[in-house]
Amino acid sequence: MIPKLKIEKRPIVSSSVTLAVSILSMLLALIAVAFVFLGYGVDPTYAYQKIFIGSFGSLTGFSETIVKAIPLMICGIGLAVAFKALVWNIGAEGQLLMGAIAATGIALYVIPEASSVLLLPSMFIGGFLAGAVWGVIPGVLKAKLKANEVITTLMMNYIASNLVEYLIYGPWKGAMEWGFPITNEFPLSAWLPYLPIGMGRIHYPTLILALSLAVLTYVFIMRTTLGFEVRVMGENPDAAKYAGMSYFKTVILVMLISGGLAGLAGVGEVAGIHHRLRYPKGISPPPGYGYTAIIVTCLGRLNPLAIILSSLLFGGLLVGGDAIQVIGLPFAAIGLFNGAILFFVLGGELLTRYKIIIRWRG
Amino acid sequence: MLSAITKKIKKISKPFEKGHLAEETRVCSNEKAKRGEALVRMEGIVKRFPGVVANDHINFEVKPGEIHALLGENGAGKTTLMNILYGIYRPDEGKIYVGGGKVEIKSPRDAIEAGMGMVHQHFMLVYPHTVAENIALGLSSSKFLFPLREVEKEVAELSERYGLKVDPKAKIWQLSVGEQQRVEIIKALYRGAQVLILDEPTSVLTPREIKDLFDILRRITKEGRAVIFITHKLDEALEISDRITVLRHGKVVATVDTFKTNKGELARMMVGREVLFRLERKPVERGKAVLEVKNLRASSDRGLPAVRGISFTLNEGEILGIAGVAGNGQRELVEVITGLRKATGGEVFILGEDVTNCSPKKIIEKGVAHIPEERIRMGLVPSMSVAENLILKDYCSPLFSENLFLKHTLIDQVAEKRISEYSIITPSKKTPAKLLSGGNIQRLILARELSEKPCLIVAAHPTYGLDVGATEYIRTLLLKQREMGAAILLVSEDLEEIMSISDRIAVMFQGEFMGIVPTKEAEIEEIGLMMAGTKRMMNPSEDSQ
Repeated sequence: MIPKLKIEKRPIVSSSVTLAVSILSMLLALIAVAFVFLGYGVDPTYAYQKIFIGSFGSLTGFSETIVKAIPLMICGIGLAVAFKALVWNIGAEGQLLMGAIAATGIALYVIPEASSVLLLPSMFIGGFLAGAVWGVIPGVLKAKLKANEVITTLMMNYIASNLVEYLIYGPWKGAMEWGFPITNEFPLSAWLPYLPIGMGRIHYPTLILALSLAVLTYVFIMRTTLGFEVRVMGENPDAAKYAGMSYFKTVILVMLISGGLAGLAGVGEVAGIHHRLRYPKGISPPPGYGYTAIIVTCLGRLNPLAIILSSLLFGGLLVGGDAIQVIGLPFAAIGLFNGAILFFVLGGELLTRYKIIIRWRG
Repeated sequence: MLSAITKKIKKISKPFEKGHLAEETRVCSNEKAKRGEALVRMEGIVKRFPGVVANDHINFEVKPGEIHALLGENGAGKTTLMNILYGIYRPDEGKIYVGGGKVEIKSPRDAIEAGMGMVHQHFMLVYPHTVAENIALGLSSSKFLFPLREVEKEVAELSERYGLKVDPKAKIWQLSVGEQQRVEIIKALYRGAQVLILDEPTSVLTPREIKDLFDILRRITKEGRAVIFITHKLDEALEISDRITVLRHGKVVATVDTFKTNKGELARMMVGREVLFRLERKPVERGKAVLEVKNLRASSDRGLPAVRGISFTLNEGEILGIAGVAGNGQRELVEVITGLRKATGGEVFILGEDVTNCSPKKIIEKGVAHIPEERIRMGLVPSMSVAENLILKDYCSPLFSENLFLKHTLIDQVAEKRISEYSIITPSKKTPAKLLSGGNIQRLILARELSEKPCLIVAAHPTYGLDVGATEYIRTLLLKQREMGAAILLVSEDLEEIMSISDRIAVMFQGEFMGIVPTKEAEIEEIGLMMAGTKRMMNPSEDSQ
């Protein structure tokens, strides 16, 4: 008995198949990484237990998971808009840092005396604009000069990261910080409020912002004329041109939104967690929220509502990464997770479009 | 079991192997011809695809020395049946006999060994390579040293014998489409094909090239080989074939001797009802000029001049047909007029306004409808719903949107109206457009393009690849638009189509008009010559107005 494998194209990709494949790819990633744990001589079930309990098993763990999920969610939603239009923005990391820089500038230098009511919204608006500019530059280069946005957005990340370093070592170096490369602490009016004591560091205004952005973005894509253009462009660029849609306008629009949203995430980090600008790796711990958000978006299949869930999952993985260090595994094992999940999600893409039929016939 | 079958195939195909194709096969097939035995017989072939039965218990046979036309509308199952014979699909049920013995064809390699050769609609050639290299591709018998010498010699022999003129050392990209087709035929013959399957072979050829092809096919079959000629064109089937098998909805309607049948009967079998061949063209008064093109120039994607100084005027209530072999600048002309390509010189006026190099949006807003050449690549967003595709160009109009928000209820209502108005067959308005058949996709595009009362319709190959029923429907729609006062620019390779519905005919060759003639005065031979670029009949008064 030799099974016969046949691959057939699915006429319609249903959402239940997509969900099943997403879950399957995550399970496969877990199994693949389990072998790595075995290689380290650690029982995988024990390690997974640790990760799960670390990130979801206690109130402090779970609140920390949400804290990490917030920037992933906001960046991921923005990336979903760009990816929908087949614009591959890899620059959320840099756009996030630019948002952090803008928020810091406003909080420390522009209107430090202002009250929270004025200061915090200004920081968010400034952060959005800074991130948007960082996204629009590669957008213009793509639309006008056909520069590959994967490369340009990636390069913009390094510029942003170096700009942060320049500022914290140079002009913005805190006078009261004993020579450490960090800025002064923000005035209290620039601190985002936390949930009541015992709920950890959840800066809830940013969380509310993230959740509303998920809904708004979903409505934007599915219900508006601009969203219609984005979808047409992503599904068939030739048809978009034929229908009189402007390629330039759409590319700029999606880069503006995805850059701006990443900028908002940056504001949330400095105003909610750090209360100052610090080393890039401090604001966005490796592998970087902006990069992890790419995987979050892919796992959420570019659906803003699904990205809420996938960002929580990855938030949990980041927190769990701290937990497994305790049992003698390197933090880089979490990087493996990210890689494995992306690998299987992209591989699973094939399964959503094709089905494999196994026939047991001689 | 497996090895037994392969052995059997080997045994059967032995006489067909290349090298000794000249003498032995002639003897072999003559013997068969005497016995009146079929070269290939397909029995009870069933092939199901999700949701359709593409082949429903089909019986089909080909005798040595015959040209057998496989006639049917698009989606009738012709290509599926031949893909089964050529090993691309496996049948769900049914048997195939070659030379009297049952064979199991699991792959094109098995099919080639059993003596099949197939020329696909889209050629399977490696463009940067030479003719000989393409023919040698995939041959297991090639010699290690200088393998091409032998191939070149044999190719030259084959071309000589069948009048398949082609230089073995030429690179494929340098050849015309007709020559590329000849390479495909030689490739099949070289591999010892006894049964040559041609899938819609004339769709890319000029009338002259079609004639050459038919001559070649007659010479090929003289030696006992058989040709299966897939087509949906009645005239061609009647002209070239000895027998015709008509398929409809995956079933065989009948197999008839060509000399005993006629066009009307075939059309009835193919479509399942009476078909009008003569469309009624009511006299329409020509109105004011809608489209004026003056000394227009444009480049192709490669940057070479593709439109080289074209001028004409098109009026309300008039259809101007542009005939010509594909690749003579028609595509570029259409794209410049619709704003999709920049002109390098000259001017385009629509209703008196200069729209040269305006954006597609601006030109759409002037009331220009565009039925694009590549309807799926350009005219449609395949994964989006029928309703969304119906508003692809109007999504911004106040009718369908308000303050950036799409009015979904209204969009759905209009979609339902247009689906019934244009008889688009679709499970629902929410179905992804890619699931529709070719004819229904074109109806969808027409529903979108013609609903807004366009002043100018640019229709590129509007019935290309469509079946008789859909073709008739689309031509009727265009004529109706003409009566309503639209100006229509019709680009088509189908001369019959151009002759039957246009008022004037322009022939395009190498980026220029060879002439513009009123259809009443046009003769098909003359047009054919102009398509080949040999005759100019420019009527200066026609154009300098």
